Amino acid sequence: MIPALATLLVFQLLGEVLVRALAAPVPGPVVGMALLLLALMVRPALLTGLKPTAQTLLQHLSLLFVPAGVGVMLHLQRLGDEALAIGVALVLSTLVGLASAALTMAWLMKRNAPPPRAPADSHPEQAP
Amino acid sequence: MNEGLPLASAAAGRLADVWVYLSATPLLGLAVTLLVYQGAFLLYRRSGFHPLANPVATSVIVLGALLWATSTPYATYFEGAQFVHFLLGPATVALAVPLFEQLARVKRLWLPMAGALVVGTLSATVTAVGVGWALGASRATIASLAPKSVTAPVAMGISEKIGGLPTLTAVLVVCTGVLGASSARYVLDALRIRDPSVRGFALGAAAHGIGTARAFLVSEEMGAFAGLAMGLTALFSAAALPLVAGWLLRWI
Repeated sequence: MIPALATLLVFQLLGEVLVRALAAPVPGPVVGMALLLLALMVRPALLTGLKPTAQTLLQHLSLLFVPAGVGVMLHLQRLGDEALAIGVALVLSTLVGLASAALTMAWLMKRNAPPPRAPADSHPEQAP
Repeated sequence: MNEGLPLASAAAGRLADVWVYLSATPLLGLAVTLLVYQGAFLLYRRSGFHPLANPVATSVIVLGALLWATSTPYATYFEGAQFVHFLLGPATVALAVPLFEQLARVKRLWLPMAGALVVGTLSATVTAVGVGWALGASRATIASLAPKSVTAPVAMGISEKIGGLPTLTAVLVVCTGVLGASSARYVLDALRIRDPSVRGFALGAAAHGIGTARAFLVSEEMGAFAGLAMGLTALFSAAALPLVAGWLLRWI
């Protein structure tokens, strides 16, 4: 567990350093994730040591959002004053985002994978 | 007022001392966060993981009520809770693991995923800004709403850049996550989306880490796609949203 945790922290650190060095507008942990993915692709053997710890962390991902969520305390006034606009914007935009992402992906998947019996008009580049 | 009960008042005095000690260390905030979350999670399990019993929502309501009842400032609470908050970083890095395990599918689906990412992120942002503006929200609120589908640390950075309030954005991000995670089953069922990769990706794109946590509960595969969507949304939004949202805000 300790080596795995150390690996995660080192990759986060690498991400943070890189982001600051390049003044990139991306968060360090996201870059750390990309770097770790690259490392895993180069050395798949890393996976066995990392997996249990990564799984434990991700199983409790929800917990990690609680402290930020409690920050609602700081904004009760504004949230009360603009409750209608904020509430409707939150609900509508979440539903629109969810539906549009799902529909776009499903549509593109269908378009890219022609039905088995029909003659494929797009080039069949990848067999499963 | 308790002259007749010296023992009780001594005990009360000691209790007050204890409270003074506890409110000055991070221990209490941390312990209470974990305890409340554990309770909220048990409730979630009891409900058969019903999406409406989301443990983040329950925990935030209970902890908020506790802080309010004890008139504890959020900053004091956060001194303890920051240790939990900090783990968001390593957890984000850890998303590389399920992602790596799904790599073959990810490679095959890159085009549909890229399309879903761009359409999903932009439509959520435009809707949030448009509705906020139409219903008369203030500029700072609209700017705080714009990046709310992105995972918290990124969203806060974007919000600051376009004139929003980062801490308000953090709250809206959590609300969005809870809303997305609780409504996804119904929305996706209604749209007849059955493929777990699509369900997962949409959940991660629209509801970041909280949606991803929900997706992992359903299946590893769905979780991996949700985690991927969350990471890609963060990358794409960090690059594109300051421009898009900045442009939208100039129109308003």
